[in-house]
Amino acid sequence: MSWLHLVIISPFLLAFLIPLLYKSFKQIHTGWFVLPLPLVLFLYFTKYISGVANGNSYLYSLKWIPSLGINFDAYIDGLGLLFALLITGIGTLVVLYSIYYLSKTKESLHTFYVYLLMFMGAMLGVVLSDNLIVLYSFWELTSLSSFLLIGYWYQREKSRYGAQKSMLITVFGGLALLAGIVLLSIPSGTFSIREIVANLDVVTSSSLFIPAMILVLLGAFTKSAQFPFHIWLPDAMEAPTPVSAYLHSATMVKAGIYLVARLSPVFADHAVWFTLVSTVGIITLFWGSFSAVKQTDLKGILAFSTISQLGMIMSLLGVGSAALHYEFLDDNIYVVAITAAVFHLINHATFKGSLFMVVGIVDHETGTRDIRKLGGLMTLMPVTFTIAIIGGFAMAGLPPFNGFLSKEMFFTGMVNVTKMDIYNMETWGILFPVVAWIASIFTFVYSMILVFKTFTGKYQPEKLEKKPHEAPVGMLISPVILASLVVIFGLFPNILESSIIEPTMASVAPSLLDAGEQFHVHITFWHGFTPELFMTIGVIAVGILLFLTLHKWTKIYHLFPESITLNNAYNNGLAGMEKGSNGIMKFMMTGFIRDYLLVIFAFISTAILITLFTQGGFKVDTSNMADIGIYEAILAVIMVLGAITTVFAKSRLTAIISLGVVGYTLALFFVLFRAPDLALTQLVIETVSVALFLLCFYHLPEFKPKKVRVKFHLPNLIIALLVGVTVTLVGIASSSTKLFDSISQYFINNSYKEAGGENMVNVILVDFRGFDTLFEIAVLCIAALGIYSMIRLRLAKEENR
Amino acid sequence: MKKNDLILQTTTKVVTFIIIIFAIHLFFAGHYTPGGGFVGGLTTSAALVLLLLAFDIKTVSKVIPLDYKKVAASGLLLAILTGLGSFIFKVPFLTHTYSYFNLPLLGKTSLATVVLFDLGVYLVVVGVTMTIIQTIGESE
Repeated sequence: MSWLHLVIISPFLLAFLIPLLYKSFKQIHTGWFVLPLPLVLFLYFTKYISGVANGNSYLYSLKWIPSLGINFDAYIDGLGLLFALLITGIGTLVVLYSIYYLSKTKESLHTFYVYLLMFMGAMLGVVLSDNLIVLYSFWELTSLSSFLLIGYWYQREKSRYGAQKSMLITVFGGLALLAGIVLLSIPSGTFSIREIVANLDVVTSSSLFIPAMILVLLGAFTKSAQFPFHIWLPDAMEAPTPVSAYLHSATMVKAGIYLVARLSPVFADHAVWFTLVSTVGIITLFWGSFSAVKQTDLKGILAFSTISQLGMIMSLLGVGSAALHYEFLDDNIYVVAITAAVFHLINHATFKGSLFMVVGIVDHETGTRDIRKLGGLMTLMPVTFTIAIIGGFAMAGLPPFNGFLSKEMFFTGMVNVTKMDIYNMETWGILFPVVAWIASIFTFVYSMILVFKTFTGKYQPEKLEKKPHEAPVGMLISPVILASLVVIFGLFPNILESSIIEPTMASVAPSLLDAGEQFHVHITFWHGFTPELFMTIGVIAVGILLFLTLHKWTKIYHLFPESITLNNAYNNGLAGMEKGSNGIMKFMMTGFIRDYLLVIFAFISTAILITLFTQGGFKVDTSNMADIGIYEAILAVIMVLGAITTVFAKSRLTAIISLGVVGYTLALFFVLFRAPDLALTQLVIETVSVALFLLCFYHLPEFKPKKVRVKFHLPNLIIALLVGVTVTLVGIASSSTKLFDSISQYFINNSYKEAGGENMVNVILVDFRGFDTLFEIAVLCIAALGIYSMIRLRLAKEENR
Repeated sequence: MKKNDLILQTTTKVVTFIIIIFAIHLFFAGHYTPGGGFVGGLTTSAALVLLLLAFDIKTVSKVIPLDYKKVAASGLLLAILTGLGSFIFKVPFLTHTYSYFNLPLLGKTSLATVVLFDLGVYLVVVGVTMTIIQTIGESE
């Protein structure tokens, strides 16, 4: 157990104390007790920066289930450190923000912070685990805590709906991920990511490689809200705003990105990976930004914007994987895509976090998030407006903010796709920059809507629930810090270059580096007159035009019918599955024993017949048969007549008596086949059971005294014949197959010598196999007691009435 | 209307003993000829049922004041104890033995522990059959 392990589980440990602190210190906001932890963890992680920047990595192992190869291996390299810093850094700011956002008196704060801490610990575990099973465990913990946080206001129906939706989708992906992990571990024999990368030849040559890749990607895509699994994210906006800011913009939705980046060394050198990741990413980018424009809810805009930006990062990682195909690091133009992905990951966390907080402030101070009601808040909330402008412009990709830089690099990456001479990209590659450019225009438009529809225009106080005013200082601290980071990273990107971005790229694409080599990244504002600059100018020009003519062209969204949306498909699918399983249940579980018997008999006889004939078990061997005498023939005819009479009898009495005939004939058969004990017992037992049948018959209610023949049902006939044929065939087959001699010779030889008896049947019953008899008489006793208690208890109940 | 069952009752008084003696014969002869505890028990209960048919339940239970549930239970207990007895001689559960003894009156006789087990079976069968018939007969 190292300090790092303690760091990962420290949020869980603190979570245990939270309810206690909440109950003991009612007058202090519980958030203050939480705040120091992420701050300390953030400072703890900063001390790794210089080491990681020098190309070091740190591994601390802790045995968990060593016999299965599952160990809690905490591993810090560039990628893990970047995420750990994001989680703890933004975690600190979100906790600070939530202290002012959530009311001390109205909310149940202890549950909130327990869930939040649980999430924080789980997320740290995801990004710092080297063992895939441990990673998966923490992965599901993030799904669970996200579910709890979305449903925080559980008395609202939409919260519960959103929580359920996100749970179903992310857990579906999580389970796919688990399957992928298992498939991945089969060829390599280990769950450790580093060891899998070390044995890459074995893994890539395995036939499980592609299925494992697709399953892992399914996990990553669902978690990161990629098309078409993005539908849970907008509904997750029912969570409290700090949660949306933390989970659904900065950290959890990036877990999928993390997974893709983390497993890039394993999968990236493969066409399927490139195609899937970059295509899904680019579709998500376009669809997210396109859908964001039509939203009227501020958080809805941000949700779709997050989807779109995640798609952008994903597509960059996909395009970056092409870099592995070109050996030389010099003039490897696809490496820039990886750089852009990492850089935009950081940028997105900063500006999206601040924007969510801004929206939270607007919501908190005006009582609504609907942009149709908002407007003209610029003068009332100047600080919030400033932050919104910085965040919004960074999101739109305007200079001098950090979003501009990453967007430029994004365009560079996308333009380079057209130069690709692998994977059939010569023809289809042109789509990438085009779609990316159109998506960027929409991004620009919704960013402008977000900023200007909220803060400029006409002030409509009559539509607002509260009288708006500037937020308290405490609530502004976190967004101000994030907004200043937006500016700082925009103006001085070099502070991130060697410390964060280069080591992160080294962990995403280690195979590009020789030993001791490092990436060299240089981010600048000015590239010269390159295509990407013209693309940005085009985005701004067309974007402004579209924003100004917004009301004229938004009608196109109404062209798209509501009935074929993905949400609708999800809802209908869910309802349909419920209805379908309900229908199957209703069809199968009729509640009638005769139906169940029909199914049971049909199944048993078909199963036996199929086995009998496919396994070659059927054969007819007449060599062992005895001669058939006249008595057997007569008795058989009587028995058959009795059985037929039983089935076709009109009255019950006839059926009972003909059943008795069958029984007595059986006793005669026993006589004939020389089984005197059986014959005796059969005679007496048949008498007793016929008497009992008659007793039942006598006591039958007079409800429907109509004496009717048994009704005819064709399925019953078919199945009865089937069962009869099956049993006959099995009987013939088994009597024709004698693999071993019978054991009976032993009994014949030894029943007098060993047991001192001459009645072999009785000796077997009481001596050789007395154990069976013991339990048979126990069964008899139970039956008697059962009858006794059924009749007596019924009487007692009637007396009580 | 009270029926006069004189012939039936008189015959029953004679026949019952014959049946019971036959049952005991079946029981004891079971080790050498067809018979044994099960059939013996059933035949004994047949005799008792005959009594029930000829007389009524109250009379029969006055004449034979037995709780048949206890008969069944003691039979089961006897069978188990016979099995457990083998542990005293450090042999596996339900190991039986037999030997020949010279008894007064009977002369050389084979005595086997299986008879005790069979007696358990006998008692269980009698107890169970009678419990069932009595319970159903008493219920209205």
